[in-house]
Amino acid sequence: MNNVSVNNVSKSAAAIAAARAQGRPALICYLPAGFPDVQGTIDAAVAMAENGADIIEVGIPYSDPVMDGAVIQAATVQALAQGFRVAQVFEIIKGITDRCSATVMVMTYWNPVLSMGVDEFSRRLAEAGGAGLITPDLIPDEAAEWMEASDKYGLDRVFLVAPSSTEARMKATVEASRGFVYCVSIMGVTGARTEVSDAAASVVAAAHAAGAENACVGLGVSARKHVEEIGAYADGVIVGTALVAALHDGGVPAVAKLTAELSGRHIAV
Amino acid sequence: MNPTTGEPADGSQSAATTPGDSLRHAAGPYFGAYGGRWMPESLIAAMDELNETFEAAKADPEFVAQVKDLNKNYSGRPSLLTEAKRFSQAAGGVRVFLKREDLNHTGSHKINNVLGQALLAKRMGKTRIIAETGAGQHGVASATAAALMGLECVVYMGAEDTRRQSLNVARMELLGATVIPVTAGSQTLKDAINEALRDWVANVETTHYLLGTAAGGHPFPAMVRYFHEVIGEEAREQIIAQAGRLPDAVAACIGGGSNAIGIFHGFLDDADVELYGFEAGGDGIDTPRHAATITLGKPGVLHGAKSYLMQDDDGQTIESHSISAGLDYPGVGPEHAYLSDIGRVKYEPITDTEAMDAFSLLCRTEGIIPAIESSHALAGALKIAARKIESGAKPEETIIVVNLSGRGDKDVGTAAEWFNLIDSAATVEATTDTDAKDAK
Ligand SMILES: Cc1ncc(COP(=O)(O)O)c(C=O)c1O
Repeated sequence: MNNVSVNNVSKSAAAIAAARAQGRPALICYLPAGFPDVQGTIDAAVAMAENGADIIEVGIPYSDPVMDGAVIQAATVQALAQGFRVAQVFEIIKGITDRCSATVMVMTYWNPVLSMGVDEFSRRLAEAGGAGLITPDLIPDEAAEWMEASDKYGLDRVFLVAPSSTEARMKATVEASRGFVYCVSIMGVTGARTEVSDAAASVVAAAHAAGAENACVGLGVSARKHVEEIGAYADGVIVGTALVAALHDGGVPAVAKLTAELSGRHIAV
Repeated sequence: MNPTTGEPADGSQSAATTPGDSLRHAAGPYFGAYGGRWMPESLIAAMDELNETFEAAKADPEFVAQVKDLNKNYSGRPSLLTEAKRFSQAAGGVRVFLKREDLNHTGSHKINNVLGQALLAKRMGKTRIIAETGAGQHGVASATAAALMGLECVVYMGAEDTRRQSLNVARMELLGATVIPVTAGSQTLKDAINEALRDWVANVETTHYLLGTAAGGHPFPAMVRYFHEVIGEEAREQIIAQAGRLPDAVAACIGGGSNAIGIFHGFLDDADVELYGFEAGGDGIDTPRHAATITLGKPGVLHGAKSYLMQDDDGQTIESHSISAGLDYPGVGPEHAYLSDIGRVKYEPITDTEAMDAFSLLCRTEGIIPAIESSHALAGALKIAARKIESGAKPEETIIVVNLSGRGDKDVGTAAEWFNLIDSAATVEATTDTDAKDAK
């Protein structure tokens, strides 16, 4: 993993290093763009940042989200039904980075990026203040165009590794990544689970062994106890479904409260 | 992938894309700029395992013999090539031959692929297969292979399609499969594939995803084609034996493209044989309701492959529409995208109305009820015939082979509704009671 790109130091690596300096794992919080609406996404993201999120992961709603479970699907379907357009993700990033200092990453399936043009998308992402992309259905094998554009615009590229990844693929994926690698904790799709799978620790160990400076764990993480458990061996934890459910059920205050709990803080008001 | 040249990122080119080489047996993962593996890392190990198992099986005479034996003694291959003489008269007197995949066990070409893949699943030690289905034909074929080989079978089917094809739902359940209606998205084939992929990610150790068409990530397009190549190989021999020469044109319908790539394969290197793929034109390609992916789509990635795709300006998949559930898919296999770009195969849309007219014509001239999917190829053949005659070809010296990919029993409810036969529901109910109930 090369955490220094052509133009600057990786923003997400810097955020993770800052958390590490405080003796804790970085907290990475997901929410879908345009849910409940564009302003609502910005407000919820800022609440996350104010309550202990180190990195905000904004997901682009997509028609065919094969890695997402029912809760996130319902939110992205709603955003699309309300007319969400991909370019609004740049407004959202700008809206968040104008109001707080959190690092903002975009999580996206690949076709919307291809459709805009990989270079064009990357340029606009960098301009809006985004740190990089998390790409659940893009593997380094197909990423030549993205490698080039992310170097050009100094963006982080977070690929996923899974319990099923071979040693060779682990190594290649870690090498292609910048910022952190996303360790999928379980063979499955997004969704809150009561226990975090044992597989997570071995995926992180394999990622570290392959040279990853930062290995963060996602899928199924929903509670403070998971953050503590995973924080013992990983560099960051990624929470999605639980926050989306909180946003759906209780709006921004519920997101603030859950983020504070996850980060082990008391809620900022 | 190199964005400007469309070449694979490693600089290699698949054999088939090298000019002058044979177009047959293209190995993937790339077909020109198309194909590849645009999918989650979680599934890559399973795709690698499948690819290795498939490559080893192809080279293993025992496996090849097993497939051959099942094709012959279970499916009933070779399927016939029937000259459709009265249909030919209606086509201006050209000679139309039908490749009778409708006569295979389970009633369509789909059985060729499922038997092969189910054997591979067993070789990999998997105990469970999952499948997506649109019309239900692939689901029925998968349930059949699972019953035959003692595998558990779960079929994902769009909720909309379970209503359109309720007879096939019952058929799958009779065969011991579990059918899960998918209510996400447009509730059709593409959403069934999404749901099957989610299942596969979670159960990949025990489960093989038996994809039903020549689409998806590598090795699916090349592998599904391999199991359907028998269609084209038989058809080529049969037409030479019956007509004494190669045909002028070969026509097939295109959903994801499996029956078409199977029959085209036999003729790809015969430069004088024109190849036609007929896509679902739905209400017409000047309306938003169609599934004419190559005709109107743009390159993109969906379900693991780069290919033509019906998508909006944001890269969101557009919902497709067709009277035929089996063609109601906004994507298409990557080899077809390539064959279209190099001009070897022509792809054209056929509307619902044109397909249903051809459906009716075949019923009444030949005593064969075709699948509505296959009726798109029949309608296409009528158009090819008219054009040939217009451009001066002698009808009696013009030969067109149509891939009759399936039989229409499953479509009786839809057809009865289309032709307003519903008032005589007593008759309909006696033959296909579940479909008729839905159609009312
Ligand atoms: C009879 C028949 N023909 C054609 C198709 C379309 O699929 P493909 O394009 O893969 O042949 C289907 C799909 O369900 C089918 O049932």
